[in-house]
Parts: sequence; C-alpha cells; structure tokens
Amino acid sequence: MNFNKEFDASGMSCPLPIVKTKKALADMESGQVLKVIATDCGAVKDMQAFADQTGNILLSNSEAGGKYIFFMQKK
Amino acid sequence: MTTKKMAIIATKGTLDMAYPPFILASTAAALGYDVQIFFTFYGLQLLRKDLSNVMISPLANPAMPMPIPMPVMMQMLPGMESMATMMMKQKLKKHGVASLTELRDLCLEADVKFVACQMTVDLFEFDKSEFITEVEYAGAAAFFGFAGETDICLFV
Repeated sequence: MNFNKEFDASGMSCPLPIVKTKKALADMESGQVLKVIATDCGAVKDMQAFADQTGNILLSNSEAGGKYIFFMQKK
Repeated sequence: MTTKKMAIIATKGTLDMAYPPFILASTAAALGYDVQIFFTFYGLQLLRKDLSNVMISPLANPAMPMPIPMPVMMQMLPGMESMATMMMKQKLKKHGVASLTELRDLCLEADVKFVACQMTVDLFEFDKSEFITEVEYAGAAAFFGFAGETDICLFV
C-alpha cells in the first residue's frame, strides 16, 4: 500500500504508539496515509479505537513476524 | 461535534500511581479530549521539575510482584525503597514504557492543563519554584467549574 510517511513504534508500550501516531499525523495533509509499525499487541485494538474516536480512517491492519502494521489515512 | 472533556484528580505521589493520570491524560488528549488534571495532596509531587525522587515502596504493597517473596520485616530495612524503585524503573524501561517525565511532557505538549490545589500546596509548604512553570493554582470550586462539564471524571 502506498503511504506518505512512516512511524516506527517498535518497542514502545501503551500509550506511546497512540500518542505518537497522533503527533505523526499532525503535520500531514488530509487524505495522506501514515504507516505505523508497532510491536505492542495492545496497539491492535487501540489503533482501531483511535480511528473510531478521531475520524481518521484505519485502512488496514496486519501482522507479520511479530510486528503489527497499520495504514492510517488522515481525515 | 463538540469537544469531549476529561478531568482527573491525581492524589498519589508514588511511581506506580503516577502513571495512570499521565497515561490517561496523554491518551485522551491524543483522542481529541480537552483534559485537565487537578493535583492535590501527594499528587503534587508529580509537578516537581525533577521527578527522580518519585518512588515505589514494597511496604504495605502486598500486590506488588517481587522477584522473591520478602517478609514485611525485611521490606522495612533501609535502602529497600530505593532498590524497589530501581527495579521498577528497569522493568518499565525494558518493556518500552515511557518515563514519567516523558509522559508528562507529552501531556503538556498536547495542552493538558495542570492545576495544583492551592490549599495542599500551602499545607505541605511546597515551594512553587520547585514545580514546573505550566502549573496553575486553584481550589475545589475552580475544579468543579471544569469537572461539571466533563464526559469523564476520574479520581486516582
């Protein structure tokens, strides 16, 4: 999937993946896509909850080799 | 859509209990909430510029997981608190949990408002110059002015 920016939250625990995803989105344009990589399994539910509550769109989430990959489109 | 609001009353000043207010506040701010934390009693310790003295005690804290079971008599010995604090900090770091200072900075960056209870600042004779400059000072009535309008209000 194409993306405009990448944020690697590997090794970070709650709430850093969410708080820093929010920060990473701050300087992006509406419609642009942020790729987030996380190793905290709690991020799977949290990233969806973040999208639901902020109006940003979680385009996809997947897991590969112990890493969770998210594509978040800025609203 | 109106902005949601959350208020937290932070009353504890130990390392373990310092985390919940800062974690919840920084997360709520990331979700777009307008957040205010009211620090009172021992919670005021979390407003110090230097947070390195925020500690955890195994004493009277039977739920704290210890590497080896330790009788209460031993937990009373000098240095046990420092040791428990050091171990807890190592554990936090190992698991990628942010330090208190980092979480507090994230809160400030996200415009979480910090209010210190003036009465307890006076009661414990705190020197305001020891606190971070972002703190405002007010009383219970001012807290209700904000808390009365919130969607979520927590006492920690």
